[in-house]
Amino acid sequence: MKMNKLLRSSALVVTLGSVFIAGCEQPDGETVQLGYRGTGMEAVYNPDTLQAKIDANQVPDPQPKVPTTGPKARDIYQNVQVLGDLSVGEFTRLMAAMTEWVSPEEGCNYCHNAADFADDAPYTKRVARVMIGMTQRANEKWQPHVGDTGVTCYTCHRGKNIPEYVWSTDPGHPHAKGIASAQQNIASASVGYSSLPYDPFTPFLEDNAEIRNASDTALPTGNRTSIKQTEWTYSLMMHFSDSLGVNCTYCHNSRAFASWEQSSPARTTAWHGIRMVRELNNDFINSTTSYLPDNRKGPLGDPLKVSCETCHQGAYKPLYGAPMLKDYPNLSSLDEAATAQYLKAALSE
Amino acid sequence: MSMLSFEKKYRVRGGTLLGGDLFDFWVGPFYVGFFGVTTIFFSLLGTLLIVYGAAIGPTWNLWQISIAPPDLSYGLGLAPLAEGGLWQIITFCAIGAFVSWVLRQAEISRKLGMGLHIPFAFSFAVLAYITLVVIRPLLLGAWGHGFPYGILSHLDWVSNVGYQFLHFHYNPAHMLAVTFFFTTTLALSMHGSLILAVTNPPKDDDVVKTAEHENTFFRDDIGYSIGALGIHRLGLFVALSAGFWSAVCIVISGPFWTRGWPEWWNWWLELPIWN
Repeated sequence: MKMNKLLRSSALVVTLGSVFIAGCEQPDGETVQLGYRGTGMEAVYNPDTLQAKIDANQVPDPQPKVPTTGPKARDIYQNVQVLGDLSVGEFTRLMAAMTEWVSPEEGCNYCHNAADFADDAPYTKRVARVMIGMTQRANEKWQPHVGDTGVTCYTCHRGKNIPEYVWSTDPGHPHAKGIASAQQNIASASVGYSSLPYDPFTPFLEDNAEIRNASDTALPTGNRTSIKQTEWTYSLMMHFSDSLGVNCTYCHNSRAFASWEQSSPARTTAWHGIRMVRELNNDFINSTTSYLPDNRKGPLGDPLKVSCETCHQGAYKPLYGAPMLKDYPNLSSLDEAATAQYLKAALSE
Repeated sequence: MSMLSFEKKYRVRGGTLLGGDLFDFWVGPFYVGFFGVTTIFFSLLGTLLIVYGAAIGPTWNLWQISIAPPDLSYGLGLAPLAEGGLWQIITFCAIGAFVSWVLRQAEISRKLGMGLHIPFAFSFAVLAYITLVVIRPLLLGAWGHGFPYGILSHLDWVSNVGYQFLHFHYNPAHMLAVTFFFTTTLALSMHGSLILAVTNPPKDDDVVKTAEHENTFFRDDIGYSIGALGIHRLGLFVALSAGFWSAVCIVISGPFWTRGWPEWWNWWLELPIWN
């Protein structure tokens, strides 16, 4: 009798124990100090998954360099609305790079009418034009976020027609009748599998919803922000953490989340990043809505947009800071007038 | 100093773990013993080093004094005094003092001819501390993973370490620990109120109630009474479990899990039953 009991309880311990261990990782964590010693501000990595991520974030070799002199692209080719100031050689080099980055399998014909490269009929060509403007805007105007590292098409596309990590407004999940959908309580990858609201993108990365909700006084002095609003902010923060492969302490000292004095410099970079993503989504990507086919839109008919993860893809700096832009400096010279013109054309379509 | 009438029979020689008769005497009401001396030595040295740390630190504000562990770059080596070395020595002193106290409790228990329940129970608290400042730092490879010694700074550390794993409330061992802590307080309050009730009968009924009344109350109330001895066994179990799972929940954070704790639960989503 006693033996039976012992057997049963040890079987239970073994079962529960193995469930517990099966969920965990090998003991070999790697840590990076992010704040003053003893503050507990640290990045924690599993070396195996970190190595896998680093391997997945290698940049392709740059296209061979070509002379910057020679006739300009706009004088040789027809209907060149962007990049017209480039020499023909540079222009072709960039086209070759874009093919490698975005449509390595489909080749030029992914965007171009093979019979007439100047033809604007393929929607992909018009989108590509907007994307070039978007890339230039990011590199030119959003230096505080992208720095000299900059971004290229490859930063997001990685050899795919559509970048792997894009988002569209979430139409919501089925829920019991008579109960309002809280737009949360689903283990969603977008918020680190927590129960937080699963679409932090629409309010914060397209719309201008207020992210800050902490009071700056100890006693109530009129801050009416609700717990629910706070959860929305937290869901955005979960998205940041997941996208960058970091945790909250990468930007914040959690003793005072709101305090800039106690935050790391990375928080300033992130602040600019939020504004940048909003601008890219609203001014560029949304301008393509009218001519995108349905399979390039979300269930609610909005285009697939960018978030932090679109570029970062799990790295604290996209591609771990590989400075690709220096090999393609043309992607940072923004021709404001040209951009404005084709954006206007796109919107009036 | 005067002695309580029944105290004499407890003041017996022997039962020491180390050193035979050395320090086997009382000072006033206090038993000294070898481990009493080591306790005094380590706690005095540790406290004075904290005071020294405060003296070379930026503030005398009691809330803000903080003795921080070394930078992670020192790994498991020794750091200069002002850059975490103090923390290392103070940690050594603290463990010396805590372990001495456990062993002193064991010696007193032996003198009293009772079980080792008290040192056993206290050693769980010591284990939790050692887990935080020795075991986990060893597993992660740097003393800098220990928590700083300061009234506010150690709380900041707790907060940040929680946020290193995005949402610490999803840590399964933390869930168990918190549940055990709450259960401990619930059990203690129920037991405490019961004892206060039976020992303080109403004015018109001056008979102190017995175990039968206690049992009857809880059988009426929740259908079961664990009994006068049982409640203390249960209390010990839930209290020690709280400390034990606290130690587990922090030692698995980092060494055995590096991502957000919400994600840990994906094993549930991935069960072959529905996946």
